[in-house]
Amino acid sequence: MVTFVLPRLVSFEGMGRRSASVTERNLATLRSAYWIVMVSGFLEPVLYLFSIGIGVGGLVGDIALPGGEVVGYAEFVAPAMLAASAMTGALSETTFNFFGKMKFMRLYEGILATPVRPIEIALGELAWAMVRGVLYSAAFLVIMVLLDLTTWPRALAMFPATILVGFAFGGLGMAVSTLIRSWQDFDLIAAGQFALFLFSGTFVPLTAYPEALRWLVEITPLYRSVHLIRGLSTGTTGWAQLIDVAYLLILLAAGLAVAGRRMTRLLCK
Amino acid sequence: MPSLIHARGLIKRFGDFTAVDGIDVDVRRGEAFGFLGPNGAGKSSTMRMIGCVSPPTGGVLEILGLDPVRDGPRIRAKLGVCPQLDNLDIELTVRENLTTYARFFGIPRKVARRRADELLDFVQLAERAGSKVEPLSGGMKRRLTIARALVNEPEIVLLDEPTTGLDPQARHLVWERLFRLKQQGVTLVLTTHYMDEAEQLCDRLVVMDGGRIVATGSPRELITRYSTREVVELRFNAESQQPYADKLDGVGERVEVLPDRVLLYVHDGDEATAEVHRRSLSPASVLVRRSSLEDVFLHLTGRTLVD
Amino acid sequence: MLAVLEYHLVNYRRTWRGSALSSLVLPLLTMLGFGIGVGAYVPGGVDGVPYLDWIVPGLIASTAVQTAIGEATWPVLSSFEWLKVYFAQAAAPLRVRDILGGHLAYMVFRVLISAAAFLAIAAAFGTLHSWWSPLALPVAMLVGLAVAGPTAAYAATITSDSYLVILLRFAILPMSLFSGVFFPVESLPVVLRWIAYALPLWHGVDLSRAAMLGLDPGGLGLVHALYLIAWCAAGCLLAHIRYRRRLVI
Repeated sequence: MVTFVLPRLVSFEGMGRRSASVTERNLATLRSAYWIVMVSGFLEPVLYLFSIGIGVGGLVGDIALPGGEVVGYAEFVAPAMLAASAMTGALSETTFNFFGKMKFMRLYEGILATPVRPIEIALGELAWAMVRGVLYSAAFLVIMVLLDLTTWPRALAMFPATILVGFAFGGLGMAVSTLIRSWQDFDLIAAGQFALFLFSGTFVPLTAYPEALRWLVEITPLYRSVHLIRGLSTGTTGWAQLIDVAYLLILLAAGLAVAGRRMTRLLCK
Repeated sequence: MPSLIHARGLIKRFGDFTAVDGIDVDVRRGEAFGFLGPNGAGKSSTMRMIGCVSPPTGGVLEILGLDPVRDGPRIRAKLGVCPQLDNLDIELTVRENLTTYARFFGIPRKVARRRADELLDFVQLAERAGSKVEPLSGGMKRRLTIARALVNEPEIVLLDEPTTGLDPQARHLVWERLFRLKQQGVTLVLTTHYMDEAEQLCDRLVVMDGGRIVATGSPRELITRYSTREVVELRFNAESQQPYADKLDGVGERVEVLPDRVLLYVHDGDEATAEVHRRSLSPASVLVRRSSLEDVFLHLTGRTLVD
Repeated sequence: MLAVLEYHLVNYRRTWRGSALSSLVLPLLTMLGFGIGVGAYVPGGVDGVPYLDWIVPGLIASTAVQTAIGEATWPVLSSFEWLKVYFAQAAAPLRVRDILGGHLAYMVFRVLISAAAFLAIAAAFGTLHSWWSPLALPVAMLVGLAVAGPTAAYAATITSDSYLVILLRFAILPMSLFSGVFFPVESLPVVLRWIAYALPLWHGVDLSRAAMLGLDPGGLGLVHALYLIAWCAAGCLLAHIRYRRRLVI
């Protein structure tokens, strides 16, 4: 076997297996009620799509994209709902549930007495969040195609993009949750998340915002995700989407690095 | 014989507070080794360092010949840890707690299931295998935690206050299981602030106080070295016991005054009791007993262990 | 009953900041982001009213529902299962109706606070069209109680909070999205429209909108009010039955 000559703290040997064992633990907790909760998670963006995309879409009519293409409102909103649901799914698993397991159930103390290391717990939990997110995204994409809001080839291209979005927000969520002090802080997170949801070019094109707000929105992670996925969905992809991909990759790496270090500090005092 | 756990001048600081202040420890294979001391003596901090979840601030620490900071995962693979507060997985059943935990060690599923069943038998929880953790009694939870600590067939089992908070019956059941483990040759390292626990289980122990080790030896050795054969406990019906203690000067080797009683450290308890009556003192109660580790601790630190 | 209400109010003194955030900032953001943002793309407005002005009354009713649900789900479950506050209260000389009534009164109080705050903001944005607008407050309390009662009954029946998530996903969220808050229910397919009619929120939205836009609801207004009162009565009765089953053993 190839041995990495890396700094001694970063040993990859057994890392994948140990991370997987943390994911496995979550699989074992699936019980009747929790199953329904899990499966129903995919319902949320679909309901939003019907209500806003189709219901409100009846009032709005068509929307012009920056490139000049005109699309129906549902076509415009659907990719944003997909991005937002990838964000919500990843964040709920990595903030609320993660914090609960760390502080309330003291689950990780038990795990850390085994060969599993903090960064491996983080990776295992992230992988778990992703398994769910991937299933939700796939279901949503099928619905989009069935409603004629995009095409099969485009849906296939969007699929990996939603996974990337999920990973990026998962990393972010994990880093944030190591900074949380109490349950009260979740109100703040929820408010921030909701603000992102409303103001990330989700419901209206960026040009509708005042100049100052527009620049702020440009740098938010959800806007970059919406931008990426909407580009793929409407077939208006360009170089700008590469920036989105790079942005999300950096977010993921930074999130994981912070989470791993903070967890070590919190749990290995 | 090389020691499984080897510490020299081991230090742990949290900011300005020094929890462990330069201790030397050697734990040998197959023995039951105890850290005895009151709350805040530095026992749990020491255990966390040995468990490789808390990096030492200074000094030398080797576990199974490895460095806990560098080789944490390799060492933990061979340790079993039973923490002071049960941190069982409340979302899983009793049996799943063992099988999923085994997976963290990379134990194949089939082996994990077999071992889980063996261990449930061992800690007498086989009937509760499918139950959730929540409804278990305190003693059952502790036994399950012990079973969980054994799932990787560890070379060393760390037990932090294994019977704190349990009722007497549950305690005896835990002791009996731990004694069996010891007979099977498993090395046990435990902390406790119960004298009887230390006397029952430990081959060797260190007495800790304020982050330092104040004495080392087997329970018998410590008692012989730091106490007398017997102790007479006298209670006087009065606000202060001190005036009576003054009148007992010279009876036995040593007199200790506690808020509610006077202890006479003597070779022969009955003879000392006779001497008390000869000095026309009439205590409300008299108890003659053998010396215990409690007396060792009192002698070494001037304080009682459980207050 | 007053003693129980007082207990909840004392608790509220400690936690009001966090709840103020969710019951005030979130609707405000919705108003800005959705009402103004999307409103710019609804050129003619709805029924001749600008889109923002049209959705604000609905948002107030919807906020009332969110606030009531927030208090009738986890806090109720916790009072039975985790913190066991109800059992402590039952050990005092309180009747089941006092315990339930006190908690429901507190929920309605919370609904009133958040609806009033929302109304004040709406007024500042100049979206009110009528002097009848303050009537939106009793409407909010009514629709709040209409959902709080049955939800508390439900929360008193279950033992795991997974079932609360199911309630939110399968009942509350669809109701919030399809009860005429964001677009008229008339554009829904017939079956869905009748489901919207059956649920309480739409009645609250319609009443609230009539009050704030200064429309005459006519006889339908009375129907709305009576229907909501029926939900309140049935919900409270159901909750009382469930509470008694748990508390009186």
